[in-house]
Amino acid sequence: MPKDNGIGASPKRREDVRFLTGAGNYTDDINVNGQAYVHFLRADVAHATINSIDTSAAETMPGVVKIFTGADFAEVGGIPCGWGVTDRHGNPQQEPRHPIIAHDTIRHVGEIVAAVVADTLEQARDAAEAIDLDLSDKPAVVDMTKALADGSPKVHEDLSSNLCYDWVFGNPDDDAVQAAFDSAAHVTTLELVNNRLVANPMEPRVAIGDYSRGTDEYTLHTTSQNPHVIRLLMCAFVLGLPEHKVRVIAPDVGGGFGSKIFHYAEEAFCTFAAKACGRAVKWTSTRAEAFISDAHGRDHVTKIELALDADNNFTALRTNTMANMGAYLSTFSTSVPSYLHGTLMAGNYKTPIVQVNVKTVFTNTVPVDAYRGAGRPEATYQLERVIDKAARELDADPIALRRQNFITEFPYETPVALTYDTGDYVATMDKLEQVADLAGFAARRAESEKNGKLRGFGVNCYIEACGIAPSNIVGMLGARAGLYDAATVRVNATGTISVFVGAHSHGQGHETSFPQVVADMIGIDEGMVDIVHGDTGRVPFGMGTYGSRSIAVCGSAMVRATEKIIAKAKKIAAHLMEASDADIELKDGQFTVAGTDKSVAWGDVCLTAYVPHNYPLEELEPGLEETAFYDPANFTYPAGAYACEVEVDPDTGKVTIERFSAADDFGNIINPMIVDGQVHGGLGQGIGQALLENAAYDEDGQLLSASYMDYAMPRADDVPFYQVDHSCQTPCTHNPLGVKGCGEAGAIGSPPAVVNAVIDALQSGGKNVTHIDMPLSPPRVWAAMNG
Amino acid sequence: MAKVSMTVNGKAASGEVEGRTLLSSFLRDTLRLTGTHVGCDTSQCGACVVHVDGKAVKSCTMLALEAEGAEVATIEGQANADGSLNVIQQAFQDHHGLQCGFCTPGMVMSAAALLKDNPKPSEQEVRDYLEGNLCRCTGYHNIVKAIMAASGQDVSSIAAE
Repeated sequence: MPKDNGIGASPKRREDVRFLTGAGNYTDDINVNGQAYVHFLRADVAHATINSIDTSAAETMPGVVKIFTGADFAEVGGIPCGWGVTDRHGNPQQEPRHPIIAHDTIRHVGEIVAAVVADTLEQARDAAEAIDLDLSDKPAVVDMTKALADGSPKVHEDLSSNLCYDWVFGNPDDDAVQAAFDSAAHVTTLELVNNRLVANPMEPRVAIGDYSRGTDEYTLHTTSQNPHVIRLLMCAFVLGLPEHKVRVIAPDVGGGFGSKIFHYAEEAFCTFAAKACGRAVKWTSTRAEAFISDAHGRDHVTKIELALDADNNFTALRTNTMANMGAYLSTFSTSVPSYLHGTLMAGNYKTPIVQVNVKTVFTNTVPVDAYRGAGRPEATYQLERVIDKAARELDADPIALRRQNFITEFPYETPVALTYDTGDYVATMDKLEQVADLAGFAARRAESEKNGKLRGFGVNCYIEACGIAPSNIVGMLGARAGLYDAATVRVNATGTISVFVGAHSHGQGHETSFPQVVADMIGIDEGMVDIVHGDTGRVPFGMGTYGSRSIAVCGSAMVRATEKIIAKAKKIAAHLMEASDADIELKDGQFTVAGTDKSVAWGDVCLTAYVPHNYPLEELEPGLEETAFYDPANFTYPAGAYACEVEVDPDTGKVTIERFSAADDFGNIINPMIVDGQVHGGLGQGIGQALLENAAYDEDGQLLSASYMDYAMPRADDVPFYQVDHSCQTPCTHNPLGVKGCGEAGAIGSPPAVVNAVIDALQSGGKNVTHIDMPLSPPRVWAAMNG
Repeated sequence: MAKVSMTVNGKAASGEVEGRTLLSSFLRDTLRLTGTHVGCDTSQCGACVVHVDGKAVKSCTMLALEAEGAEVATIEGQANADGSLNVIQQAFQDHHGLQCGFCTPGMVMSAAALLKDNPKPSEQEVRDYLEGNLCRCTGYHNIVKAIMAASGQDVSSIAAE
């Protein structure tokens, strides 16, 4: 029976009412008294020397308050990179200065060259037209292979080359790995591209900086997934401000998908400019700006080799990847192709030897950073594609080949540094075959063929690592931040509860799901519990929402804080009932003395805590508020198996997704409705990557797909209804809720299934096509069929 | 600057605008009806859809002055008279047809226009109609389901919500 409240129930989302009635409070909906507007003049060339910037004419234009150039930010810090990767030789990554406004040199189209603050946005835009830039164009570096070639122009003249780092992970012994390949019965090799994407949350970024001369306090409203992280990075590394004088508020945020994790120049600018201009400064990104200033995602070029013995057991895996960093290192950029990618290369399989080689490369393109899945989709894609190719070469069933090589015993220590605590990959594959109606595929294929279409079935597995932690381990790996989270549970005198959480909800439904947990633990109505998030002035601390970490990490902190509340409340209840607190039980909001009929209600205990007339004041402080910081012992490991069924029109190369099925193991689940929605959204994005989306640059560094007319976002008629199942549940063994996280699975697990299905369809039509790079657009598929 | 007057959600509304002021800007900045969202600059995303004289219109692609004398309906005017969610809004909540909420006003306004013209649309008709409304969160599954449910069709056989 589905529950109707608490953990495991699917109450309707409480945040929906405001979103459905136009009462949301997104950053652009906010206006600060007396605010000015900034328009950023952005580079329209990818690489140039700035000889001079003449703002004199623009400064006389109507409404102009102040114009800023790189020189105004020469004294402040650059935007920091939050992860330092050590290369295969023990050297640190090359880390160029990342200025707020370009100074001397432009390094990508979209980089800020000047900022015009004016009374109105139109005046700021008009004045920007009057700025005279004197530039000397330099050759742009776009292609990663060319960027690494000897004699390539350099993106950063002060670095030794365009190589950020050359990293090896897993087994670093080249000879031992080669020996495994030399002794293999079969080796499958695949070269592939993980296409560059733009996250494209529907809400463009916005920042409003404000400064109070009277108190010397700053307020930044910003579209962020992690306001405390923004405050820390901006204060400590960029502007040199004391954190207690800076409040960062991220109100309703219209989607993030990673792109709103990072500290961006516009946030620091608006904060800085508010003081310099003596009034609040607001910036609202246009979509055109978003394409050339939001960090992009993916953009890996990989050669992967899989060695198998004569019995089709995987014996070794080796990858060589080039990963694009763009022109500067965004906040978590360097961690994505390294520790968020290399650590996942074992996948769901017991391959004994794994070697991952990654070169990260500077180019004259927009910085690249985490996008939904962040490294894990890149790992999953190459692994699940090469396995499919191997199956075809060996005339093996792709599902059977996977099953044969599954990890089946847990905990399992992979050759790439992770310890999977729990999982059941056989169960998710069994479930997938059922959900996807594999048995009925042959009939469906025959029906498609009758209609002149090719039908294909593609499958893949995935594993992701969520809730990245513990902090001491990630610190050893180069993280420059802790990766715990925090929650404060404040019980009011009347028994209602405000939970201040470090996670941020921008579509995930925390305002509904988090209270389910607290209410369940205490046994009260969910309506008595609210969460507060997204405001450093109200929430004590937190690391924010990304990497499917919210419930696994922040939810665990919330549980720990609630446990402290319950422990204290039991002492108060014991006092009221003149019993020992060890004998107090809490159920359905009632404290009882075990074995007696004595009881006292939750509300009475809360009131007593705040009106402590009959209270053990010598032993216990009044009040009922507790904070917990939670630093996980390990990652969590959601895993699953996905299947895609496509039809390909042989005349046009058009691919239609006929069915998409997902069998996920997320451990325990708080709100199944929300979890399904998270998977649906991930699938939409993964299908978008596989069939539609591509951030394409020309060789001069111009982004060709810089609007919704050129960048193919998935639309309602590009996707089917999805079949989603998460009944396979192996609870996480090390967090109090047994949860694993579900936010990224769909985007990680779906691209290989789509591509595998298309290859299967083409092969069924007698076409000897073994690979097509994403996106599988009609021209690419048609060309592959007719090449 | 010129004066523009229209009826918005049944109430008279007017303001001074420039010739270049878009209807979306007039609604958001002058009338402070911030439920209408702007998610792109090429008339693709549909977050700004409102009704003008009963027809769905992308308010980012219409000048405020073009709406002179028109009847405009926005998301703020969609709830029932008692403040409760209307049938479409309620279906979006019941079927988890929204996540971050940013595209939602446009989706609801488009759905209302669709159901007015086509009270029982098929799945394909819903998907085709939403071609001008982008959502990045839901993968569209629950949006399509919610709109079909709002039309009174049984959606219980559609996979999990």
